[in-house]
Amino acid sequence: MQDFGEAFGLAFTLVLSGDADLFEIVALSLRVSLSATALACIIGLPLGALLAVTRFRGRGAVLILSNALMGLPPVVVGLIVYLHLSRAGPLGFLGLLYTPAAMIIAQTILITPIVMALSRQVIEDLHGEYADQFRSLVLGRWQMVQALIWDARFSLLTVGLAGFGRAVAEVGAVMIVGGNIDHLTRVMTTAIALETSKGDLALALALGLVLMVIALGVNALVQSLRMTAVRHAYA
Amino acid sequence: MHMRDAVENILTFDAAATTAARRDDPRALTLRDVSLTVGDKALVHGANLTLNAEGITMIMGPNGAGKSLLLKLAHGLTPATGGQVLWGDTPLDDTARRTQAMVFQKPVVLRRSVAANVDFALRARGIRDAARRDALLDHVGLLGHARQPARLLSGGEQQRLALARALALKPKVMLLDEPTASLDPASVLKIEEIVQEAHSAGTKIIFVTHDPGQAGRLADDIVFVHRGRVHEHGPADLFLSRPETQEARDFLQGRIVV
Repeated sequence: MQDFGEAFGLAFTLVLSGDADLFEIVALSLRVSLSATALACIIGLPLGALLAVTRFRGRGAVLILSNALMGLPPVVVGLIVYLHLSRAGPLGFLGLLYTPAAMIIAQTILITPIVMALSRQVIEDLHGEYADQFRSLVLGRWQMVQALIWDARFSLLTVGLAGFGRAVAEVGAVMIVGGNIDHLTRVMTTAIALETSKGDLALALALGLVLMVIALGVNALVQSLRMTAVRHAYA
Repeated sequence: MHMRDAVENILTFDAAATTAARRDDPRALTLRDVSLTVGDKALVHGANLTLNAEGITMIMGPNGAGKSLLLKLAHGLTPATGGQVLWGDTPLDDTARRTQAMVFQKPVVLRRSVAANVDFALRARGIRDAARRDALLDHVGLLGHARQPARLLSGGEQQRLALARALALKPKVMLLDEPTASLDPASVLKIEEIVQEAHSAGTKIIFVTHDPGQAGRLADDIVFVHRGRVHEHGPADLFLSRPETQEARDFLQGRIVV
């Protein structure tokens, strides 16, 4: 095992030299997590908005369930997706296991409840403010949902970024359904786990640094969006 | 198009069809024994009221009297727990509500530009018409602010924007819930002008206020509400000079009415 000082030095060298392997892993991580975030937003935002503006019997139970699903353990999601995509599973014929597509599916399942539950809360608060105006205009449910999603756009971007943060930092699900195959399904988190277990700390640390920069970047973006929204009184 | 013509065009809905003050005129409101009970508390007690299709009706009363509730019941924002709300001779429904517009005490301002706020109302009726939007904004004195975020406007400007959005619907009836509360005198004056212009264009106005001075300036008839009951309804000059009930006399003389 390298000592920490040497490992840090090598990590910085890898990052600064634009190491091809390192950046291939980073690129795949971003592709998988950004795709999953986009899909989760496409599914979760309208569902969250619909839940915010709709009253029906059993709504309380649905809210509890959607909130509980925010804490889905990644390995359980990975296992469920694995069972469905494996050759013996119902979707085995698609041949998606151990591909980036499987990883995107797993991460989408993992973060859709987060996007849905958080957007439901954001939109419900806004709907409380707009409800009388919407009723006065006799808007249909879909018109309300569209208007609320648009007007809550800054807060919902924050929700999307929270989902992305969860996806990009997740290891359990992508490890199970992706298999951590070099040059195919190896992403930052799985690579860090592997390299650490091998005692090759330089690559693990380099990837950790990139992951930290992404986390900081996401937070900076959230903060900057919030400030923009406040400046324009759109928050 | 000349600006005066443009303003007449944006305010007038279908004056020819509604010139006569008939009972079946969809601008005429009838409340038949309307009540609202929440839990075991009666907030509005069997209100009976008939308003003409024309003119400016002011609903007055002390704080907590049920003025705003009466307006919301009339517009259907709060469903009555008893009785019947009729517009013309038709029970209130979505079709009737589409011919009406409501402006709230605290203006509801969408998180978009000033122009987009008016566009929103127009699109709710399937209309995309930038010229009409701009004419409306010009009419309420906000054309110069069209691209600004609407929530950065002052309170008076936000209320004028809410009025522009309401006028975009070319409503037959405008219901205004204390639209000038807490505004500076210049804003009050401007809003009263806009309301009077809408009235002149044929729109029935139902306006909640607790300001007798404002009622004197605008009202044709006044409804006095107290503790969820309609106490009086009559011509404005008569109500303001010779109110029938003690509560109304106390209210007009500035005494605290509980």
